[in-house]
Amino acid sequence: MVPQVIQLIDESGSAVSQLPDLGKDRLRAMFISMLRVRIVDGRMLTLQRAGRIGFVGTSTGMEGAQIGSAAALKAQDWLWSGLREGGAAVMRGLPLAEYVAQMYCNANDTAKGRQMCNHFQHKGSNYPSWSSVIGTQIPHAVGAAYASKMRGEDVVHSVYFGDGATSSNGFHSGMNQAAVWKVPAVFVCVNNGWAISVSAKAQTAAETYAHKASAYGMPAARVDGNDAVACYATMQAAVERARKGDGPSLVVLETYRIMGHSSSDDPSKYRDEDEVAGWIAKDPIQRLEQYLTSQGFLAEGEREKIEAELLAEIDTVIHEQEAAAPMALKTLVEDVYATVPGHLKRQYNDFIEVAERHGDAQPGDGAFPL
Amino acid sequence: MPTLTLIQAVNDGLKVSMRQDESVLVFGEDVGPKGGVFLATEGLTAEFGKARCFDTPLSEDGIIGTAIGMAANGLRPVCEIQFQDFIFPAFDQIVSEAAKLRYRSGGQYTAPMVIRTPYGGGIRGGLYHSQSGEAYFAHTAGLKVVIPSTAYDAKGLLLAAIEDPDPVLFMEPKALYRHEKGEVPEGHYTVDLSTLRTVREGDNVTVFCYGSMVPVVEKAAAKAAEQGIQCEVVDLRTLLPLDEQGVLDAARKTGRCVIVHEAPRFCGYGAEISAMIAENIIEYMEAPVRRVTGFDTPFPNTLEHHYLPDERRVLDAIEEVARY
Amino acid sequence: MQIETAPEPFSVIGANGDVGGHKVTLSDEELIQCYRTMLTVRAFDDVCMKLQRSGRIGFSVPNKGVEACQVGAASALRQSDFFFPSYRDFGMALYHGVHPVEMMHNMFGNNLDAARGRQMPVHFSFTDPIKYFSISSPIGTHLPQAVGAAYAHQMRGEDNVTLASFGDGGTSSLGFHSALNFAGVWKSPVIFLCQNNGWAISCPSDEQTASDGFAIKGAAYGVPGVTVDGNDVLAMHQAVSEAADRARRGEGPTLIEAVTYRMGGHSTSDDPSKYVPKETLEEWAEKDPVKRFREFLTVRGMWTEELESEWSAAAYEQVNSGAKEAESTEGPRLETIFSDVYAELPQHLRRQGEAAFDLAKRKGDADAGGGAFPL
Ligand SMILES: Cc1ncc(C[n+]2csc(CCOP(=O)(O)OP(=O)(O)O)c2C)c(N)n1
Ligand SMILES: Cc1ncc(C[n+]2csc(CCOP(=O)(O)OP(=O)(O)O)c2C)c(N)n1
Ligand SMILES: [Mg+2]
Ligand SMILES: [Mg+2]
Repeated sequence: MVPQVIQLIDESGSAVSQLPDLGKDRLRAMFISMLRVRIVDGRMLTLQRAGRIGFVGTSTGMEGAQIGSAAALKAQDWLWSGLREGGAAVMRGLPLAEYVAQMYCNANDTAKGRQMCNHFQHKGSNYPSWSSVIGTQIPHAVGAAYASKMRGEDVVHSVYFGDGATSSNGFHSGMNQAAVWKVPAVFVCVNNGWAISVSAKAQTAAETYAHKASAYGMPAARVDGNDAVACYATMQAAVERARKGDGPSLVVLETYRIMGHSSSDDPSKYRDEDEVAGWIAKDPIQRLEQYLTSQGFLAEGEREKIEAELLAEIDTVIHEQEAAAPMALKTLVEDVYATVPGHLKRQYNDFIEVAERHGDAQPGDGAFPL
Repeated sequence: MPTLTLIQAVNDGLKVSMRQDESVLVFGEDVGPKGGVFLATEGLTAEFGKARCFDTPLSEDGIIGTAIGMAANGLRPVCEIQFQDFIFPAFDQIVSEAAKLRYRSGGQYTAPMVIRTPYGGGIRGGLYHSQSGEAYFAHTAGLKVVIPSTAYDAKGLLLAAIEDPDPVLFMEPKALYRHEKGEVPEGHYTVDLSTLRTVREGDNVTVFCYGSMVPVVEKAAAKAAEQGIQCEVVDLRTLLPLDEQGVLDAARKTGRCVIVHEAPRFCGYGAEISAMIAENIIEYMEAPVRRVTGFDTPFPNTLEHHYLPDERRVLDAIEEVARY
Repeated sequence: MQIETAPEPFSVIGANGDVGGHKVTLSDEELIQCYRTMLTVRAFDDVCMKLQRSGRIGFSVPNKGVEACQVGAASALRQSDFFFPSYRDFGMALYHGVHPVEMMHNMFGNNLDAARGRQMPVHFSFTDPIKYFSISSPIGTHLPQAVGAAYAHQMRGEDNVTLASFGDGGTSSLGFHSALNFAGVWKSPVIFLCQNNGWAISCPSDEQTASDGFAIKGAAYGVPGVTVDGNDVLAMHQAVSEAADRARRGEGPTLIEAVTYRMGGHSTSDDPSKYVPKETLEEWAEKDPVKRFREFLTVRGMWTEELESEWSAAAYEQVNSGAKEAESTEGPRLETIFSDVYAELPQHLRRQGEAAFDLAKRKGDADAGGGAFPL
């Protein structure tokens, strides 16, 4: 049984089905968030090319999937992310300055420059830290959802991951445990066609990624991931199902990774440019723009105006982050444990003695008292 | 004070903790109605209900992965891996996630949790029910590794581990589960992590050991005493973070050291102790450091008594170091 | 959003041994071979249980209730196929002619055991007359290995299949997920046999997963799933034969769920009375696979009381004499601790072996002989 791909707005921007009642303001907010993702990604790529930051994994082509689905979460809900959900984090409250600080891995980065670029976190909006290890966040979300359920909270945990991640350990353990425990969780598989250079078709022989839910006795839905409103509506249903205590479900967002896997990847080596062109034509931003315009929610030429504002916004933030203070050297050994244990203090003290001799240390970097 | 076996002390520790802190929960394979394959969790489901002590599907990766999420969301999971040999499917979650979460998030998210697991040989478990994998984990910054050897320590260290803000791998010497008995106070008490226990005092040879090897070393030390060799026996009990100063002090006291563990030798925990002595106090040493360990082979079944360091092998090393 | 449900298990032998319209493809000789193997499994179980209770072996794993799965599956495969079994599968080896004495060598962990007593009991390894892959205790690890072995068959253009057998609990392992996914993508000639015997030690199969049965899990990997009555040898034979045919034709893997029940404890170390409901046991006792098959043979005129006593006596004789022989076989030698770690003995192990022999000799150990390390 192949689940139907849910689409509410077709590729020409016309509504083909009953839309959820989002209202003008929320639709516009979604649209602006999507544009921001595109613009920030573009700026980050420029910074990367200029050698100012090390690495970018863009969401180009996937803005509708990401923003539309995450818009269905409430403030108290959690979003356990993979590589590409930074834009959703910003929409949910991650300050752009922290976003950019993370890309610079500088002293303003809340992760203290320990993670590589493009690994965001924001405690204030329940967006936990992700490691680079594919799929590991999936059981984390399930455990956290168990905790919420145990305490009787009105909190749903959403967890995002890619098509490639469905082959990971975490997917299997997380999905299975979630269904057995009936936790308030929504599994969001962003099928963007690729796991680096492995196509989504070569990743599994399953008929669709939604079929993977059958293995765990979980319901699933497939959505046109370039239709932000359909993503919203489907996610909304899954989130509410979880909120009511009816258990977890899998939502597959069918979309496409327009750029390379990351700034370090050259996709022309392994994929056909015609395929990419086909998906560019299905651009999620343009689709929503057409719909908004047709409804009179967006004026002629307004997109360009918004883009200019967003560019100014990001450029201001970049400018600030370029000037960040140097990273405190003690961050090398802090946060390994709640308190710095003796052996790490001694290792640091040996190190700082050499660093000071070579003039690498700043005031405040000095030795730990033992 | 009641006398408990080591496993009863673990069970008691779990109950004390669960009674005083509602956020503590216990889960793993067969820990529910069956009470665990070694009965460490007996009676917990009955007393605390199924939401706080329950069985999971057969997935160690799932057990540890979900525990991390629970911990990051305000619970105190104490999960059980049925045998330490089966921890490897969860290696990723332990090493890459639990141990690194605090550091990678700059302290925003943490994983205060305990992973209890029986380790070691002596039960005729062959290759896969006998391993001592502490060295894999002691190599992991951000993790704490604790191994008790007495009933008193088992409970006190377990409670300290549960209350610790960082993830703790709590390895229980299964060979001692029922053989090791001792007086255990009722109710709550803790034994500080990262402290050593001086098992026996002596001026001639210092023997470092932990877990299942402690009683073996005690017997060997008693034999050595008959020949006039007095051993200082030190139970390390927290391998990471280690009380390094305590180790160096104990080593310097005699200038002659033996290190005993049942895990294989190559890159084993003893290598770290030996290196620490060589780096810091070589000038106090009267004899080369000797290690008595399991062989660098997988763990055998029928011949396990030959694989495991026994009293004779330990005594042999003590004599050799004393004579040097 | 809908959740998928499982079909009724496929069965052949109906009430009173009647097979209705089903065709029986096994020859009379093979049918008897199946039945006698089931009796041998029972005898082996029984003898091992007594050996364990009297402290002569350390551990055993009961098979009561699941014999039809093992034997039915084995009867559908060739000796040239590759078996990746679990610890509760040795009826497969017996069916293909492994002698009980060889199993007993493992149960006693003696010097004739393929693993030289390094493994726990019931961790068999055979190469002759079938390839029965060395069993590892960690659940599920053998499943991707089976897919790899099948890849070798594919690459060499052989029409051999690989049987990967595991339990309901095994479906939660990482090995299951990787193996099914790879096999689906590679169209591997593998038969995944999931024996759903109701329990993973004390975890009931409905707490193992929320899916309706286990065959349905194939959908996640594009692998067809089949649900079979695991207490029906003939149904098992047919399902595995069909899966093997598919695999040999290059059509890829099949996931077979055999619905059965573990009538004993998980192992000799387990006390199932703590968690297995008595009523369920009684219900399943009615469906006993040996009784079921016996009814079929009786209808066919192939079974009599006399034959039963003869076969049973022969089974016990084989198993008991095997046990006796294995018990009196010498234990593994001291040097087997150090051999087979690598193809060649590295320096550090040689030093450790020499030290071990030296000490053993000084302390008067007979196993150390003259104290010279023999490797
Ligand atoms: C366990 C693991 N294996 C390999 C990698 C390297 N890697 C990084 S991203 C990626 C592909 C992920 O694909 P997918 O899940 O579809 O996410 P996408 O990048 O398309 O968003 C791989 C293989 C990794 N990070 N972790
Ligand atoms: C990775 C791993 N985790 C845990 C165990 C302990 N253990 C041994 S058998 C078993 C249950 C297996 O159940 P199932 O797969 O249904 O097989 P059955 O015993 O029922 O044949 C468990 C949990 C193990 N051997 N390996
Ligand atoms: Mg992808
Ligand atoms: Mg089972």
